[in-house]
Amino acid sequence: MYWAAATALLSHWRRHPVQLATLLLGLALATALWSGVQAINAEARASYGRAASVLDQNRLAQLVERDGDLISADRYALLRRDGWNVSPVIEGDVRFGRERIRLIGIDPLTMPPEGQSVETAEAQDLFDFLSPSGLLIVSPATAERLEGQTAMKLKISGQMPDGAAFADISIADRLLARNGGLSRLVVAPEQALDLGRLDQLAPGLTVRQAGDRPDVAQLTDSFHLNLTAFGFLAFAVGLFIVYAAIGLAFEQRRSTLRTLRALGLSLSAVTVTLMVEILVLALVAGLTGVVIGYGMASLLLPGVAATLRGLYGADVPGTLSLRPEWWATGLGMAIAGTMISSAQSLWRVRNMPLLATAQPRAWARASARSARFQLVAGLLLIAVALTLSFTGKGLAAGFGVLACLLLGAALLLPAILSGFLSIMQGRSSHPLAAWFWADTRQQLPGLSLALMALLLALAANVGVGTMVSSFRLTFVGWLDQRLAAELYVTARDEDEASRLRIWLMDRATTVLPIWNVEGEVLGETLQIYGVANDPTYRDHWPLLRGEKDVWDQIATGRGALVNEQLWRKKGVEIGDQLPLPGGWSVSIVGIYSDYGNPKGQVIIGIDKLAEHYPDVSRLRYGIRASPKAVPALKEQLTGEFRLPSENVVDQASLKQQSRGVFEQTFAVTGALNIFTLAVAGFAMFASLLTLSGIRLPQLAPVWSMGVTRRDLVAFEIARTLALWLATFIAALPVGLALAWVLLSIVNVEAFGWRLPMHVFPADWLQLGLVALAAAGLSILIPLRRLMAVGPSELLRTFANER
Amino acid sequence: MNARSGSSVWLVALMFLLALTGGSRSQGFAGLGTNAEGFSVPRPGQAFRFPADHGPHPDFRIEWWYVTANLQSADGAQFGVQWTLFRSALAPKTEAGWADPQIWMGHAALTTKDRHYSSERLARGGVGQAGVVPEPFSAWIDSWQMKGVQGSSGPLNNLDLTASGKDFGYQLSLSAKGPLVRQGDQGFSVKSAGGQASFYYSQPFYDVSGIVDVAGRAVPVKGKAWLDREWSSQPLAANQTGWDWFSLHLDTGEKIMAFRLRDEKGGYTSGNWISADGQPSALPPGSLELTPLSSVSVGGRDVPVAWRVRIPQRSFDVTTTALNEQAWMPTRTPYWEGPISFQGTASGRGYLEMTGY
Repeated sequence: MYWAAATALLSHWRRHPVQLATLLLGLALATALWSGVQAINAEARASYGRAASVLDQNRLAQLVERDGDLISADRYALLRRDGWNVSPVIEGDVRFGRERIRLIGIDPLTMPPEGQSVETAEAQDLFDFLSPSGLLIVSPATAERLEGQTAMKLKISGQMPDGAAFADISIADRLLARNGGLSRLVVAPEQALDLGRLDQLAPGLTVRQAGDRPDVAQLTDSFHLNLTAFGFLAFAVGLFIVYAAIGLAFEQRRSTLRTLRALGLSLSAVTVTLMVEILVLALVAGLTGVVIGYGMASLLLPGVAATLRGLYGADVPGTLSLRPEWWATGLGMAIAGTMISSAQSLWRVRNMPLLATAQPRAWARASARSARFQLVAGLLLIAVALTLSFTGKGLAAGFGVLACLLLGAALLLPAILSGFLSIMQGRSSHPLAAWFWADTRQQLPGLSLALMALLLALAANVGVGTMVSSFRLTFVGWLDQRLAAELYVTARDEDEASRLRIWLMDRATTVLPIWNVEGEVLGETLQIYGVANDPTYRDHWPLLRGEKDVWDQIATGRGALVNEQLWRKKGVEIGDQLPLPGGWSVSIVGIYSDYGNPKGQVIIGIDKLAEHYPDVSRLRYGIRASPKAVPALKEQLTGEFRLPSENVVDQASLKQQSRGVFEQTFAVTGALNIFTLAVAGFAMFASLLTLSGIRLPQLAPVWSMGVTRRDLVAFEIARTLALWLATFIAALPVGLALAWVLLSIVNVEAFGWRLPMHVFPADWLQLGLVALAAAGLSILIPLRRLMAVGPSELLRTFANER
Repeated sequence: MNARSGSSVWLVALMFLLALTGGSRSQGFAGLGTNAEGFSVPRPGQAFRFPADHGPHPDFRIEWWYVTANLQSADGAQFGVQWTLFRSALAPKTEAGWADPQIWMGHAALTTKDRHYSSERLARGGVGQAGVVPEPFSAWIDSWQMKGVQGSSGPLNNLDLTASGKDFGYQLSLSAKGPLVRQGDQGFSVKSAGGQASFYYSQPFYDVSGIVDVAGRAVPVKGKAWLDREWSSQPLAANQTGWDWFSLHLDTGEKIMAFRLRDEKGGYTSGNWISADGQPSALPPGSLELTPLSSVSVGGRDVPVAWRVRIPQRSFDVTTTALNEQAWMPTRTPYWEGPISFQGTASGRGYLEMTGY
């Protein structure tokens, strides 16, 4: 009996292959976007986790200096002699030729086994590791990058994260010029019981507990939340398709179901059969979606990796591995989503009156009550969005505003469109025009889901597009200010640096030191730069706020500038005292914008920097020279002075590089935008296709009254265009609101900077054309079908259905 | 060489490495049989200069400060204690800071009848985590130390010795009741027929008192201890695979140091008979017979823990018994080291070390 029932129900799909394909493809696409995004996130998180455990030994507690200074080797020896089982680590960024990598110097003799994640089982490896010429343990990708950049021996380990290297502590000490100073001490889990008290033995040291989340994971949270939000949006749009397709399939099978029930199949048997069917469909589509998602993620991941590196300095490999956390949740989402979208249909089947006649369009007759409900819910959501945007705090509130805004706008759309159509209908005097508007309005419930999907996709495109373009405009202007020097040079060592300063004396207008130290300020490890007293800064530096005599205060050493990120994150204000590493402080006199930098930054006068941090590396300089002299000077620097060409960068190429990083950052967003639009286009296509199948009864009488099929086709095109245009117009304010939320709430939370909003109507036009093309494509098949309907069929329909 | 992997993947074969120069393939036990390019080599006829020679010799590749003690509590329970600091140079020089090529390794052990506790420490020189200062004498690695007591007549005459591991520890006072003893030919100790040798002197006359901590229980003990000082750059021949080494405290007050370096043939034996007042008489190669009597499985290997030691020339013939046959040092380079007693033509206690099994 079950089998017979199943065969009867399944035969529906054989007769409607396009409907089946729509359902499967819709669900597969939605799952693909969701699981693709999750795959990217999972890969990135796994890589942060691995980096933290391998590089930072974060599974073990650590000792660090409270004010961010280095720990002296003497203090380490004292702790050891007092019985503490600690192991020293020296780490920092080091440049090998053109490549900059994170170098972690460890002492294999004392590092506890829990902190040693990379294997060098051979005695020969350990010998090389400890040898004065040095051995770097790197990932295969890093080894490739370092090829020819260093004379040191490389050992490849698959366990190493990219962009980092392990070396012996003596090598790190030498390369980073630390003079024995340690970045941190790893605390072994096994310790003697009768240890002295740490605060007496080593005042100033503080314990960082094991398992703290890596900085980079916190830093990139916002980015991954962004991706997740996009994935979820796409998934929601995809579910509209599934909902529409399943609803249609159930309605069309009402008569079959009724027959089966009449033949004695129990209600529960029918429900079970249908549920199994849905489950199988969800599984097939979900699996397909996961496969597509994998492909999509593989395509996007290199871009994401580049973004994360450029924006946050986080290293994520460009290749994807199959992790259950994303493919399983992807599949789970597909099944759950399908079940939710079909719940209403299943419910209707259960409550279906056994003897009522079939009403093929019953599903499309959205009752007046549900329309009212939608309207009220939509208004409520918009109200919540408004309230949240004024009162909410944090990234979650930002995304809450986004979600309420988008969902509310989508729910309001049918009411808005219906109002628009009523007005048009009232204004039409020609009966055919009045029919056109009335008929369009009558179709609205069937199309409204697809239109909502379109609205969401369009609004997301407008919003994200506006944000990106605003950002680009601000960023490019800011780059022009910030990169004022004509040439940027880096000496290879202090010796060369001092020769360079002398050499440049009569060749350049001004030589501006770009020196910086890393230290802990307000609990965050950040860069402290020193600037010279020079008009270059007074004229160009992009200050957001500042006292009038900012640059004098800096020059005399009394003041410091902080970047916007530090200002927002730590809530410091102009006039506050800023404690700096080494136990001194300056007052904050200004705030500058610092786009593209995930961390806080401090600028002080160059003399103060050199005074308090005499070990500062004095290798980098900005050179002011007349633009005409730049090419010659560049030539001389590499030729006469013999600097490697990668150590001499002119302003134009630096700007180009920065812009490259910027474009890369939003390449992924752009790609996801297009995918979302594709899903929405497909939703539109699916809905129109569905409607076209059941619209003959409406068209037949019009045709019989003398309207030609050609005119009917023209009407169909006009109807699609009218709906598309109305949706597009509705999407614009929603998109702009979205852009505002992104720029003034989400970005501030995620990146720590706020950008002015700029509006780009030309981009909207482009987007409108793309959406128009999608709408045009989606109507092609239904139209061909209409053209192909013979007069006899129209006649028959007219006769039979009435 | 049969280095078993320890808990740390880095250091599976540290001893291998410690004795290596220029990354040549290791030979002999713990790589001690390799060439000594760049390092100083022991030559006969060089007199010791104290106290300087109590300190490190960075131009030699390996060196150790090695104390073994046979102890007894008031209720008659026997204990063995080992305290060892090894120095191993990657290059024949020393430098301040992390770049120092001198690597230090400490081994500490406490043996009871039923248990054998041990611990191992590693450190590099240059930063103060480990090292030796000749005067006032101090040898240390982490919190373990062997320290000269101020005001004593010679740097090594009175020593405080401490070490602790996860579940054991000891604090002992050592007091020398006799002179330093030069092993071999005035301290030049030949280790093979090919002439490989080391500088080697001992202080075998310590009386000991102190406390051993056995799994949290402090036990007062008394007994005898023996300090060995040895340094070289290449003490083993390439074909030598390990050694069996005895230090014996005879009840008469006499001491015997005896060893056999094993090779594919009969091995190379040598030793020293030390009178109760500290006068050494070398036991020439061949005058000493060391015969394993029975083996047990220790640390996964067959190790001979009972021996017959014969010195026909001295009418000395004893059989040794280990206090604890499982006195295995499960260190990065594993070996057997534990207290023994002996009976026969003479009786007493001592220490046995067996490597390369």
